[in-house]
Amino acid sequence: MKKLISAPYLVWMAVFVVVPLIMVAYFAFFANGHFTLDYVANVSQYANIFIRSIWLAAIATVICLIISYPVAVILTEADANYQGTLLMIVMLPMWMNFLLRTYAWMTILGNNGILNQLFGLFGLGPFKLLNTRGAVVLGMVYNYLPFMLLPIYNVMAKIDRSVLEAAQDLGCNRGRVIAKVVFPLSLPGVMSGITMVFVPAISTFIISRMLGGGGNLLIGDLIEMQFLGNSYNPNLGAAISLVLMIIVLLIMTLMNQFDADDRPLI
Amino acid sequence: MKKTSVLSKIYLLLVMLFLYVPIFVLIVFSFNTTKSHSHMSGFTFDWYVKLFHNELILSSLLNTIIVAVAASICATILGTAAAVGINSMKKLPKAITLNVNNIPIINPEIVTGVSMMLLFVFFAARMNFEFGFGTLIIAHITFNVPYVILNIMPKFRQMNPNIYEAAQDLGCSPAQAFFKVVLPEIMPGILSGLMMSFTFSLDDFVVSYFTNGSRAQTLPITIYSMTRRKISPEINALSTIIFIIVILVLVTKNIYERKTAVKKGVKL
Amino acid sequence: MKKYLSLFFAFVISAVTVCGCSHIEDDSPASEETGDANEEMTLSVDNPDYYKALYGQNITINVYNWGEYISDGSDGLLDVNAEFTKLTGIKVNYTTYATNEELYAKLKGGGSSYDVIIPSDYMISRMISEDMLEKIDFQNIPNVKNIMDKFKNAEYDPDMEYSVPYTWGTVGIIYDNTVVEEENIGWDILWNEDYAGRILMFDNPRDAFAIAQNLLGYSLNSEDPEELKRAAEKLTEQKKVVQAYVMDEIFDKMGAGEAIIAPYYAGDARTLMDEYDNLSFAIPDSGTNLFFDAMCVPKGAKNKRAAEMYINFMCEPDIAYSTTEYIGYSTPNRAAFDMLDEDERQDKIAYPDDGFLKEKTEVFKNLSNEANQQMQDLWTDMKSAEEQTQNRIIMPVFMLLCILLSVTVITRRHIKAKKDIF
Repeated sequence: MKKLISAPYLVWMAVFVVVPLIMVAYFAFFANGHFTLDYVANVSQYANIFIRSIWLAAIATVICLIISYPVAVILTEADANYQGTLLMIVMLPMWMNFLLRTYAWMTILGNNGILNQLFGLFGLGPFKLLNTRGAVVLGMVYNYLPFMLLPIYNVMAKIDRSVLEAAQDLGCNRGRVIAKVVFPLSLPGVMSGITMVFVPAISTFIISRMLGGGGNLLIGDLIEMQFLGNSYNPNLGAAISLVLMIIVLLIMTLMNQFDADDRPLI
Repeated sequence: MKKTSVLSKIYLLLVMLFLYVPIFVLIVFSFNTTKSHSHMSGFTFDWYVKLFHNELILSSLLNTIIVAVAASICATILGTAAAVGINSMKKLPKAITLNVNNIPIINPEIVTGVSMMLLFVFFAARMNFEFGFGTLIIAHITFNVPYVILNIMPKFRQMNPNIYEAAQDLGCSPAQAFFKVVLPEIMPGILSGLMMSFTFSLDDFVVSYFTNGSRAQTLPITIYSMTRRKISPEINALSTIIFIIVILVLVTKNIYERKTAVKKGVKL
Repeated sequence: MKKYLSLFFAFVISAVTVCGCSHIEDDSPASEETGDANEEMTLSVDNPDYYKALYGQNITINVYNWGEYISDGSDGLLDVNAEFTKLTGIKVNYTTYATNEELYAKLKGGGSSYDVIIPSDYMISRMISEDMLEKIDFQNIPNVKNIMDKFKNAEYDPDMEYSVPYTWGTVGIIYDNTVVEEENIGWDILWNEDYAGRILMFDNPRDAFAIAQNLLGYSLNSEDPEELKRAAEKLTEQKKVVQAYVMDEIFDKMGAGEAIIAPYYAGDARTLMDEYDNLSFAIPDSGTNLFFDAMCVPKGAKNKRAAEMYINFMCEPDIAYSTTEYIGYSTPNRAAFDMLDEDERQDKIAYPDDGFLKEKTEVFKNLSNEANQQMQDLWTDMKSAEEQTQNRIIMPVFMLLCILLSVTVITRRHIKAKKDIF
């Protein structure tokens, strides 16, 4: 009886998760009912977009890691009474709709935007900030920073305090404790943080459209263009989606090598 | 453990600035008399008044809430039942199910959206239905269920497996045992799954973008189409209101959690 | 601080309650500033009975239109959709797209049905040829009498079976006259490196290709693969000076001075020039595109009768007048045209001389499938092309990262395996 109770779920997942993915594969390989490798082969035409997306997403991931690791350390070291509140304050912007957050940067980075006005006060600029790759990376960092911070913090918060104290008793200073004890123990968090930032960053189409000016296409833009945008071609779109899925799968397997325990969730 | 050093305080402050300045810029310019978002030329509440008269935004807000409530409740029911079943599965089927469960979480959102769109198009043509609330809610349930399950599974692991049998030994029917003993144990997981689904649904843009059709515009989709036209500071006003709601909800949640923690005698 | 905060909350709450209990007013304070001079318009229609036919049946029609392409009731003009609902009892679910190609993709992709769409000329031909449009029953559209004869039976719909003209116009260049001082502005200004980073460009293939084609001296309807290829090369060359590829975003970018040159439709140029004195509009001497947008009913429409009523409503003099006043595009509606001020009728941007239209403009035609496909592919290639030479360190660094990662993975595994032995 207990097994039957999960039947609706199993059917649901089969129909709405597995079948759709099979359909993506079908569209990628079959046009009008005939098998063809054309579309998948055509994807190589857009190799530069893939390289660009991977590159920008990788930069954004590294920056997220560099920014959020110290924050996680500081949070775990803070007074236990305030940790929850501090974490809430850091996470709060994430609850805003991400389109609105990205839109905010549009207004800040413009040629006449606030940042350039600020530079203007010192007689600098105006700099071209909006519609550049830098802006796209900034958008990714801003939007996905919490995805990096939270898993790292979660893992760190679980580290047994006595282990750290033991290390200190054995003569480690703070830096060495972090490097020799905290960092290795926090690796699973870092790894899941990396995938949680990298995957959405590589496949975004809103950030690149709003902050990249339409000239810096990413994989997401390319897929969107084939389905609802200016060059309708669902077969090609499905082929690109398939390649994207494989890239993500590869990265996941790579990162999973580091994961011993269950990955912490959000 | 020890006092936070000045340096870390400064660092934290800088990160906070980075996170909050854009939002405050949005808020400040929601009170601007002109449409400019770089020069303040006066103070007004006009954009708020206009926002509350904007039928498109109000109706899409309603749509968003309908979809989020329906999807999160369905996902929670489906997910809770599934978690109970998965928990009693053998090792191999369990591993396979949990892996399938992870697909929507790992998969890039755009691929989830596109794949569901292909499925719906396939069926829409054959079964003569249209994209709308139906497809939207199905899509939302699909990306929500995995999170519900992942929230509940650890509760099963923490639960003592013997209490279910103990309850039955003491004369409960299996159903009674489940509702009286098991359900309360996993309730915190169910609730956090529900909350998580609800917020994901409220905020989702990408999957909705591909599956909403023409009849069920949600708020994120309306916001997107607003940013692609003449931009009105109503969008800033909307951001301000959303921000205030978010603060209120999170603060209440925080206070509530603290209170219950104090009640239980647990130190946070 | 606390005081202000509570004040603010009080405001929000009162605003919510006000909006909750009072009926929504058509006019809002923000529009009063600009609309002071205008009196409120009230709608009068020739034949009110016609619009009652579907009253009270709780019908909703799906209208899919360009962004910024209908009067929303500001500036004292009529709120078209609200008036329609008031008059007929039919609700309007109004959504927008940014380009013809987006409209095509949405319809072709399937899954959603619309009742009224407003594509441009070449897209109408394409949709007719692909059997995507319903024939309109002109019995239900008496107001077609208001449409000027010269707009009827246009080439894109020769027998006028599928479409009713909505607006028309030309494409030209909007520029900031305080910065751009050239006398004769030609399309090549969009390639001018002096203005690099301050030029906007169309974000749809057909309009963008037309500019390159005109510049290269080709027809805007060229299907020659070589010519298309060269046009695409021209567009790729332009990438380094283009700030962004946009559609309706130009309103903000040009208005706020973010960009100073943008090719766009004459109607929107007029709207912008009304608001900003520093903007001007020029149609290059070498010629341009003349376009017609017309209302159609797509296949699969659920409420064809109501859709036709909507189309007829759009041809009402008051409504067509509101539309053309608000969006700035030229109207093909005789009655609405007569309602315009004298200087608006004489406005050469909106209503150029027939001689000019004949000599200098070309209407888009639907291209062959092959040419359409090629243009699409070239467009994607152009958009994805590197604007600057590919950063050469990317590949080596990327490979190095991959190697490093794999090495760490392997060593970790190795260490783990060793540990497991003990």
